[in-house]
Amino acid sequence: MIRFDEVSKFYAGNPRPALNGISLEILKGEFVFLVGASGSGKSSFLRLVLKEEKPSKGQIHVLGQRLGTLSSRKVPYFRRNLGVVFQDFRLLPQKSVFDNVAFTLQVIGKSRGYIQEAVPDVLKMVGLAGKAQRLPHELSGGEQQRVAIARAIVNRPAILLADEPTGNLDPSTSAGIMTLLDRINASGTTVLMATHDAGIVDQMQRRVIELSGGNVIRDERSGGYQTQAVPIQAVGIDRLGVDADSPGAGTPSGIPTPPEPRLDPDSVATHSVPTWGADK
Amino acid sequence: MRLGLVFSEVGSGLKRNLSMVVSVVLVTFISLTFVGTAVLLQMQINQMKGYWYDRAQVAVYLCTDTDTTGNCTGAKATTGQKDQIEAQLQSSTLKPYIQRSYFETQQQAYERFKKQFADSPATEFVQPSYLNETFWVNLKDPSQADVLKESLSNQAGVQSVVDQRGYLQPIFSVLNAASYTAIGIAVLMLIAAVLLIATTIRLSAFSRRRELGIMRLVGASNRFIQTPFILEGVIAALVGSVLAGGAIVLIVKVFVRGYLAENFASTPFVGMSETYFVVPLLIVIGAVLAALSANVAIRRYLKV
Repeated sequence: MIRFDEVSKFYAGNPRPALNGISLEILKGEFVFLVGASGSGKSSFLRLVLKEEKPSKGQIHVLGQRLGTLSSRKVPYFRRNLGVVFQDFRLLPQKSVFDNVAFTLQVIGKSRGYIQEAVPDVLKMVGLAGKAQRLPHELSGGEQQRVAIARAIVNRPAILLADEPTGNLDPSTSAGIMTLLDRINASGTTVLMATHDAGIVDQMQRRVIELSGGNVIRDERSGGYQTQAVPIQAVGIDRLGVDADSPGAGTPSGIPTPPEPRLDPDSVATHSVPTWGADK
Repeated sequence: MRLGLVFSEVGSGLKRNLSMVVSVVLVTFISLTFVGTAVLLQMQINQMKGYWYDRAQVAVYLCTDTDTTGNCTGAKATTGQKDQIEAQLQSSTLKPYIQRSYFETQQQAYERFKKQFADSPATEFVQPSYLNETFWVNLKDPSQADVLKESLSNQAGVQSVVDQRGYLQPIFSVLNAASYTAIGIAVLMLIAAVLLIATTIRLSAFSRRRELGIMRLVGASNRFIQTPFILEGVIAALVGSVLAGGAIVLIVKVFVRGYLAENFASTPFVGMSETYFVVPLLIVIGAVLAALSANVAIRRYLKV
């Protein structure tokens, strides 16, 4: 479904890679959490899947297509197979809930009849039946995110990308959103969700991919937000110590690049520390 | 469905940027009016050139009793000299260039002079003997007057050989300068129009960047995204070019046909048939320029 082969991403003017030669595969129907500190490469990862960015090195395959060879004219058609949800919802403020969802279908050329059927269906599925004519600012944050999710899935995409969808929401609302995403996943859609919300990750017990400084440092089936292999306190104390004693300890020049950092308890402990400090 | 959506987008874009759209309309209007004027002026010049050059003759002026210029020595050209010139005109070297030639006596020249300057007091002093006897020559190709000049200027009894086209040259120079000025202004204005259209479209795209971002995210095709913006630019420019076309029609109808053609009946002027060629040209120029500049302006928002 999604396959990364030795993918690196450099941004102009920054010698540190946003992604550093990562390889991984996400299968059809999986629910994957992408965790890691800010700046660890989660957003770069999602942008690469969407082909909003080109990788500096390596190959990316999504839905059986090699993104490197996809002509820019075909990118829009490729994106119709992906749904995207953001932390800030990105709804159109002057359009009603119905029109926000319908807009997606209109701009890809679906017929009026199809829209009239599909939109109420999907609004019901996300639990917004009866609120179709409201404007976004009249809704709560959780409801707005449901509209965004409805917009993302109304075209029945094979993959749903979610970039911190619960980042702006309180825990109980977040739980509601997660139930919804789980339901979407159960219907066969692959869900890839970048998040900072430890509670959600720990509770869901799904596949967890942890990024740090552009490397995959953990890829665990049924994982939690922190790896189970290392005592959580140890990492926490380490981090606190670095933070309190030497704020400059994690300057980029001081980071040793781990060659194969995956699933190794020691490297998790050592390498998560400098990244924490280096995080700007 | 899609078409309806595109047009509603165009409508809302035009409404949102009304002041910019009005300025686009005005700038294209003015610039295309200049373009049209320049084109018509060039047509006018060509028409006049064709008309006058066909009538332009080469005059071989012969000596009079008082002449001392040219080859003259203060004696009237003799019959022998005239015969010689006549023979030269009929010779195999000159004959192929000449369409028609005739001789004008002093008396004939005097009659013509009196008619031409009927209002002028000069007619009272002029005697037929002051005027030159002349061979008037119509050339097959008016631009080959030099051949005649070369072979006849040094003949005895010839005062001078004059190509009448020389008299027309200043008029055409002035008209040419005017049309080049119009073209220059038109080009500057067109550049302004193109930049203004690009700016307007960028503004329009910027005010709709949320929609554009979502469109790109959900996979609206580039064509679908750019069409409303291009149409927006084209519509604004079309309004301007239609106005310019109207202005050109008005200028030709009222000023050229209504005033110039009435008052200078002997000169041919551009008419409605030329105008009906220029107006569609203006509209096409306006539409194409607008489409191109809008296309370039919106391209940045289509990058994936």
